[in-house]
Amino acid sequence: MHTEFLMGNEAIALGALAAGVNVVSGYPGTPSTEVLETIARRKTDDVYVEWSINEKAAMEVAAGAAYSGARAMVTMKQVGLNVASDPLMSLEYIGVKGGMVVMVADDPGPISSQTEQDTRTFAQFSKLPIFDPSSVQEAYEMVQEAFELSERLGTPVFFRATTRVDHGYESTLVKDTDEWLHNQPEGFVKDPGRWVIFPRLSVVNHAKIEARNAALSDELSDYERNLVVPETDGFRAADGRRVGIATHGINYAYVRENLDEANHARLMRVATPFPFPERKAVEFLQGLDEVLCVEELDPVIERALIAVCGKHHLDVAIRGKLTGDIAPSGENSVESVGAALAVFMGEDASKAPAPVEAPTLPVRPPVLCAGCPHRASFYAVKCAMKGRKTIYCGDIGCYTLGNAAPLDMVDTCLCMGAGINIAQGVFHVEPDTACFAFVGDSTFFASGITGTINAFYNQANMTLVVLDNSTTAMTGHQPHPGTGRTMMGEVVEKVSIEAILRAIGLTTVETVDPLDHKLAVETVRRVADEPGVKAIIFKSPCVVLAKPQARSVVDPDKCVGCQRCVRQLGCPGLVPRDGKVVIDDSLCTGCTLCEQACPFGAISGGERL
Amino acid sequence: MSVKTNIILCGVGGQGTILASKLIASAAMGRGIPVKTAETIGMAQRGGSVFSHVRVGEGVASPLMARGAADLIIAFEPAEAVRQLGFLKPDGRVVVSARPVVPVSAMTGGPAYDYEGIMSYLRAQVGERLVVVDADQAAADLGSAKCLNVVLLGAAARSGALGLAEDDLLDAIHGRLPEKLWALNERALAYVG
Repeated sequence: MHTEFLMGNEAIALGALAAGVNVVSGYPGTPSTEVLETIARRKTDDVYVEWSINEKAAMEVAAGAAYSGARAMVTMKQVGLNVASDPLMSLEYIGVKGGMVVMVADDPGPISSQTEQDTRTFAQFSKLPIFDPSSVQEAYEMVQEAFELSERLGTPVFFRATTRVDHGYESTLVKDTDEWLHNQPEGFVKDPGRWVIFPRLSVVNHAKIEARNAALSDELSDYERNLVVPETDGFRAADGRRVGIATHGINYAYVRENLDEANHARLMRVATPFPFPERKAVEFLQGLDEVLCVEELDPVIERALIAVCGKHHLDVAIRGKLTGDIAPSGENSVESVGAALAVFMGEDASKAPAPVEAPTLPVRPPVLCAGCPHRASFYAVKCAMKGRKTIYCGDIGCYTLGNAAPLDMVDTCLCMGAGINIAQGVFHVEPDTACFAFVGDSTFFASGITGTINAFYNQANMTLVVLDNSTTAMTGHQPHPGTGRTMMGEVVEKVSIEAILRAIGLTTVETVDPLDHKLAVETVRRVADEPGVKAIIFKSPCVVLAKPQARSVVDPDKCVGCQRCVRQLGCPGLVPRDGKVVIDDSLCTGCTLCEQACPFGAISGGERL
Repeated sequence: MSVKTNIILCGVGGQGTILASKLIASAAMGRGIPVKTAETIGMAQRGGSVFSHVRVGEGVASPLMARGAADLIIAFEPAEAVRQLGFLKPDGRVVVSARPVVPVSAMTGGPAYDYEGIMSYLRAQVGERLVVVDADQAAADLGSAKCLNVVLLGAAARSGALGLAEDDLLDAIHGRLPEKLWALNERALAYVG
């Protein structure tokens, strides 16, 4: 054993490796991405790892591996689980041979997601056991236990952490490489009665799953991580009530931060919210008058405790999100939990001093980087379509940021790949609107191809704009089928987006450099007026990966201070100063877009590799 | 009772706050002290406000600290120092780079950047516990703007509020950075404006 300073996601990866994982697949998504990246960085040669094309593919790869007796892990963020839910909901009935952990990162807040969905609720829905760690160290140990349980019961299990565990760092005690388990997969054994899903098999296995989960609830009541901490001797709330606190995950840490270790209420930490450790909960509830459930996302523990009270005729009031004691949405914090605990305990919570009025601060929404080619693409379409009736359907990626002023080029954004068929839907209602769908290269591979076929087949009239920066930029530059690299380090044949579009049947597919503004505008004007589904591929590498050759400079004698560049482009590298504009050397990448936008020719010198 | 030190690093995405928090963690672990940290990763990196909570010492439960709990704020940008000031203890210290980073929003209709208002608010609130680092001068003197994080760490160590010595940070720099960057960062660590 040795100590490392690890991110939660790194600890989960090292835990999986220590458990002898053989195959790891996933699709990038904050806050889950670092798990698979760490597997790739730290694995031994016999472990297979891949970034799959999307979460559904990743789930199926992991399932196939687990059918063959391998230990497999699949990683994704919570919305990715929606994509993977089709195979998973059936896999629930089929089960696995090797241990299979479905690692899902939930994002209370949400900090970088579309939804505040709770994978604990998904576990109840899918009837699959779920683990919910409360610290980095626990995540490391618990993922090994998750593999063990999964393999013993022959079912995939969820391992779910939230952002503050996934992205928290801790000095973590981990096994040395020579202490890792090594699992030798038996291989796939043919057995149609086991691996082929039919209604008859499903009804039989459904009954087995329910029986298993009932037994597992009892077993998990003895799982040491489903913890009850007794109250300190004679502890009562201010008004004499006997009270308890039930919590989970990082909220356990927030509760402990607020606790007087010498004088505190009874605590329950739920590490396996499904199957719920009912017997342990009864032990916790015995003799209490009231319980506060401190949870993020759904009131999973709160509902479970209400049910336990009903079933066991326990006269305990259960409070939490459903009673308005804990915020129904958003992320908790040390102080929000402290305030809720103070109110619950009947303490005076009005001890915070009045803050002194602070000056108004500038706001810093995330913006496209200086020199980002997406800015050039959006600007080209905006210039080309000026005065026309348009809709710009966006998608998930850095380019969602095109919605911000001054570009204002994203009218809709829903989920991965949705923009294409939303544009199509708008077209069927408003045939005179020029409908555009913007999609990134990785998103196109993940879920844009079927949408494009749908629009083409169903005779839509729309322009597909692929923003091809040759990487998965938002999540930290993961390879995808268009990059010609794999996570195993192989150099492979690139999958061509243009060839895919032509194979579907699109006759107009134009590839153009968006940083050539004049050509880009001309191309958009020409292509947008063609009938049917047509595509423009704006191809220019992500600026984070491309090195500038020379940065742009403003000639102060020519700059009249109109600030057109600032107001049109919103590039963070353009800084108004003393009535003119200067270029921030530390940010400029020499993309030359501002040079082309300046009506006075005052900017020059930029050059990009 | 063991000593706990709570530190907040804040700035704008891309300024190097994350590396600075890693250096503090390495320095503390080099002395055998456990560390927990939490930081902004993802969407907010694109020019957004970023922060790291760094908690050094035994018996820390949460990687995030409560408001009013920070012994030290290391701010890479003045407005971001003000944004995090609610986390400072009444007797906590602030080390701030004087160089503002004006966001696009301040030029395109959002709230303006009131530099004088921000600096005078910091001086009024933090008083003599405020250390202002002239980042432009440091960059000119050191010949690089890339080591602002280490300049600020050096100033923080000398303020006494970091709970770690310059030598501890020096070890962390040697452990975490490639050798070709050692000389520059050694000078940055010792830099006094």
